[in-house]
Amino acid sequence: MGALDLSFFNRELITNFLWNGFVFSVELTLVAMAGGILLGTLLALMRLSDRSWIALPAAAYVNTMRSIPLVMVILWFFLLIPFLTGRPMGAEWSAVITFTAFEAAYYSEIMRAGIQSVSRDQVHAGNALGLTYAQTMRLVILPQAFRNMLPVLLSQTIILFQDTSLVYAIGAYDLLRGFSTAGRNFNRPVEAYLLAAVVYFVISFSLSSAVKQLQARIAIAR
Amino acid sequence: MIEISNVSKWYGTFQVLKDCSTRVDKGEVVVVCGPSGSGKSTLIKCVNALEPFQKGEVVVDGISVGAPGTDLPKLRSRVGMVFQHFELFPHLSIMENLTLGQIRVLHRGEEESRDKGMKLLERVGLREQAAKFPGQLSGGQQQRVAIARALAMDPLCMLFDEPTSALDPEMINEVLDVMVELAHEGMTMMCVTHEMGFARKVAKRVIFMDRGEIVEDATKDDFFGKPRSERAQQFLSKILHN
Repeated sequence: MGALDLSFFNRELITNFLWNGFVFSVELTLVAMAGGILLGTLLALMRLSDRSWIALPAAAYVNTMRSIPLVMVILWFFLLIPFLTGRPMGAEWSAVITFTAFEAAYYSEIMRAGIQSVSRDQVHAGNALGLTYAQTMRLVILPQAFRNMLPVLLSQTIILFQDTSLVYAIGAYDLLRGFSTAGRNFNRPVEAYLLAAVVYFVISFSLSSAVKQLQARIAIAR
Repeated sequence: MIEISNVSKWYGTFQVLKDCSTRVDKGEVVVVCGPSGSGKSTLIKCVNALEPFQKGEVVVDGISVGAPGTDLPKLRSRVGMVFQHFELFPHLSIMENLTLGQIRVLHRGEEESRDKGMKLLERVGLREQAAKFPGQLSGGQQQRVAIARALAMDPLCMLFDEPTSALDPEMINEVLDVMVELAHEGMTMMCVTHEMGFARKVAKRVIFMDRGEIVEDATKDDFFGKPRSERAQQFLSKILHN
């Protein structure tokens, strides 16, 4: 194989092949993060319930999701959702639903640790004021849990961003697919995948560094 | 105001409260003392149902705390509570700590709640601290805010669970002063504390607990004059070392 030829990588390539993929990867990451944290918080609260009929289903869900490779979940949801709803669903929508459902399991473990990091007496203090369970959680416990866990939640989101490249398996057009399509069109697959790796690395590494700084600032504030 | 009748509580097979009965009448200050692990904190937390109990009855202002249909949030909103470790909400400013319950539970307006909060902060001498966060205040200041937070709900009675035992010695008096003032105003108070000076000053009765039992329930003068039980005598001699 000859020397690397990166001449095909220009502005036009970005607008034609990469930009749409990049936008989808980011959208998928943000939507799955928001939905995953919301659903994950709910699952965490369920798992911490005294009532086993509430706690057990949540535990089963979380443990199942965490025990299956993501790429299989992606494929299964892609095949299952049209089967269950009786309607075909695009790869992009399927990916959004799958990632939200899958990441919720991971976010829920983080939120569970976060809720447990807040002292039980804070719950008592909220209750003693006359706040209901839901108010105590929403106004007193969860804001503290969320703040304590913010760096971990963001780290998980960076992992999520990297994992979005797996939607490749169902043919959704994400950043990685943008690179691979370009590579095929210009017959430069090695260079394309190399550049893809560099782009993923730069994005993920700079985000991790930002999280590290945030973590240090939170540590000082406490 | 508070009637505790034959209350028993178990953690698994371990009995933490054994057939406890006592009462706190309107305007009375009752001090509960006893060695650590004697169940005094558990007993006081049964009054506003922060701790469930298996047997007996607690009635606050005519409402049975343990009854299945009782609206606990409503009942608790009328019973002020002050904790050993203050338990201010660290993510909220001092003022927000004072208004949270007023707005969310009593449905008071924002402005009314702030006015009330300001008045109470002034009363505990912390007007200047309204915009700060709990972490920026000393322990004694935090505990005074916690008392103000409870008072903001216009409670019928106040429960104090070792309010000074997490404080540095030089801060104990600033908290006790607020409590004494409250007692003089006629607030109904049930206080778990080892501050016998406080008990001497304002308590009507002193309850001594040991191993989950109410061993002694006497008027202040009887308790300090001639405690009847040996356990109470031993306890007093340990904490009244001077």
